[in-house]
Amino acid sequence: MRNGGDKPGGPKAGPGANWDRLGASWFIDKGVQVLVFVGGTSAIIFVVGIFVFITREGWPFIRDTLDFAEFFGSPRWNPTSDHNPTYGALALIVGTASVTGLAMLIAIPFSLGAAIYIAEFAQGRTREVLKVLVEMLAAIPSVVWGFIGLTVMNPLIIDMFNVPVGLTVLNSGLILGLMAAPIMTTIAEDALKAVPDGYREAAEAMGATKLQVVFKVVLPAAKNGLVAAVLLGVGRGFGETMAVLMASGHSVNLPTSVFDSVRALTATIAAELGETAHGSDHYRVLFTLGIFLFIVTFIINLLADIFVRGVRKKG
Amino acid sequence: MDSPAATVTSDFAIQTDKLSLWYGSFQALFDVDLQIKQGIITSLIGPSGCGKSTFLRSINRINERLGYVRTTGRIEVLGHDIYAPDVELVQVRKQVGMVFQRPNPLPISIRDNVLFGYGIHNKGPKPSKEDQDRVVEDALKTVLLWDQVKDRLRHKGTSLSLEEQQKLCIARLLPVKPTVLLMDEPCSALDPKGTEAVEELIWQLRGEYTIVIVTHNMAQARRASEECIFMLLGEVIEHEPTEDMFVTPKQQQTADYIEGRYG
Repeated sequence: MRNGGDKPGGPKAGPGANWDRLGASWFIDKGVQVLVFVGGTSAIIFVVGIFVFITREGWPFIRDTLDFAEFFGSPRWNPTSDHNPTYGALALIVGTASVTGLAMLIAIPFSLGAAIYIAEFAQGRTREVLKVLVEMLAAIPSVVWGFIGLTVMNPLIIDMFNVPVGLTVLNSGLILGLMAAPIMTTIAEDALKAVPDGYREAAEAMGATKLQVVFKVVLPAAKNGLVAAVLLGVGRGFGETMAVLMASGHSVNLPTSVFDSVRALTATIAAELGETAHGSDHYRVLFTLGIFLFIVTFIINLLADIFVRGVRKKG
Repeated sequence: MDSPAATVTSDFAIQTDKLSLWYGSFQALFDVDLQIKQGIITSLIGPSGCGKSTFLRSINRINERLGYVRTTGRIEVLGHDIYAPDVELVQVRKQVGMVFQRPNPLPISIRDNVLFGYGIHNKGPKPSKEDQDRVVEDALKTVLLWDQVKDRLRHKGTSLSLEEQQKLCIARLLPVKPTVLLMDEPCSALDPKGTEAVEELIWQLRGEYTIVIVTHNMAQARRASEECIFMLLGEVIEHEPTEDMFVTPKQQQTADYIEGRYG
């Protein structure tokens, strides 16, 4: 950075002297640009890399052994059998879907209600404190949630409903709902905050009550963002492993009520992958489950993104 | 709800008595006493920060959205004290419509924009579709927008041009039959053509509605209002028929402002 500082010689020498030289700031600038570019594009590389990896591990099984009708239609998951292994993932898919479904039934009203309260009704300190608390809730590790499911909810459910096991769809659905709600609340609140205040002012000036403003103006205007919040919650539910593994009972079962134990796709992979022989059919079918999960969550996230973009276009 | 007063003062749509207003600890209005005649256009002029928007916004109590506003004194609209404890805010805002500086149609269809206030204030059974159609057509015809939008009533209100949006914002006030229309620099976001069109519309609405219009634009005040109020630093300096104020201002401050010596 010797920008003419040492050459007080006059207007001729000053600017002319540095024209052909690249200063340190130029290199710093370029360097940071490259760094930021690598950081930004690494996400793409990782996503593609992960997909390539799990596909490569799962593909031989999909090609040679997999029977789609069995995989999606049979609840018999018995990949470790010596003479007749079966690879029916239906019970696992239904397990994940039922837990996620129940979780969403709980999380959607809670998180939308919380988001509406924080964004539209709470004032000053209440709002700040609530926001911080919700974010703290989102930061609780999933194993802690699983622990609560195992040691608190389990005996509670056994007691309250007089059932033999408490590690059920109900238990894991509740836990998962509580886990997903903070994130959904935060995203939904952002969506509500993004609604221009002019809309609220216009409606209030016409005599709309606070409730009318929320339900007739703000919620419709934030609709896409709210859908995105719900979809991301669903994605979170689908992908959650540890808490579900601990709270669901982890038994292969087509549930007929919320008091049945189930096993989730993610939990299956987590519990079994360590015990398989590398390259075996069992190993590869777990990767096939992984591919399936990857595709489902990818689609959910993509949909969420499309909805959020819908908001931006209109704004 | 003092009905004797209402009969006595029926010439005036808006009367204020020692109206003072604070934003937190900042006093924005000082003892404003005004009597605004019914059925005419009154313009409020004055330099930025003189309190003209604040005064306007306190007439439909939209100021209260900001939690830190404190008001003392009285505002009567058609003889009713709108700050009286038993007054319903919803009714005040039904009587006193507001048009904002930036056109702010709701992000719903043109038709639904016009019907928004109508739906809120309708206490009876839901009006039939024919009724709604008629209300929408009447309101949009009054603001001279019907011909442009009649084929796209389902389009978003926000998709219109700014001029059309501002007309829509006026149109949506009309179905609930307000008596007072407050306009806070309604043309400042519009181009000259839009300004002309909206001014023309406002001029046509006078008589049926009492219109109070805040403007930065002295030429606009002069050509588009019948009475004029000049405010400075939260106080009313002068209130005269517009012609008189611009030809023979009584106060030196008014004369200075009109001649462009400050503001």
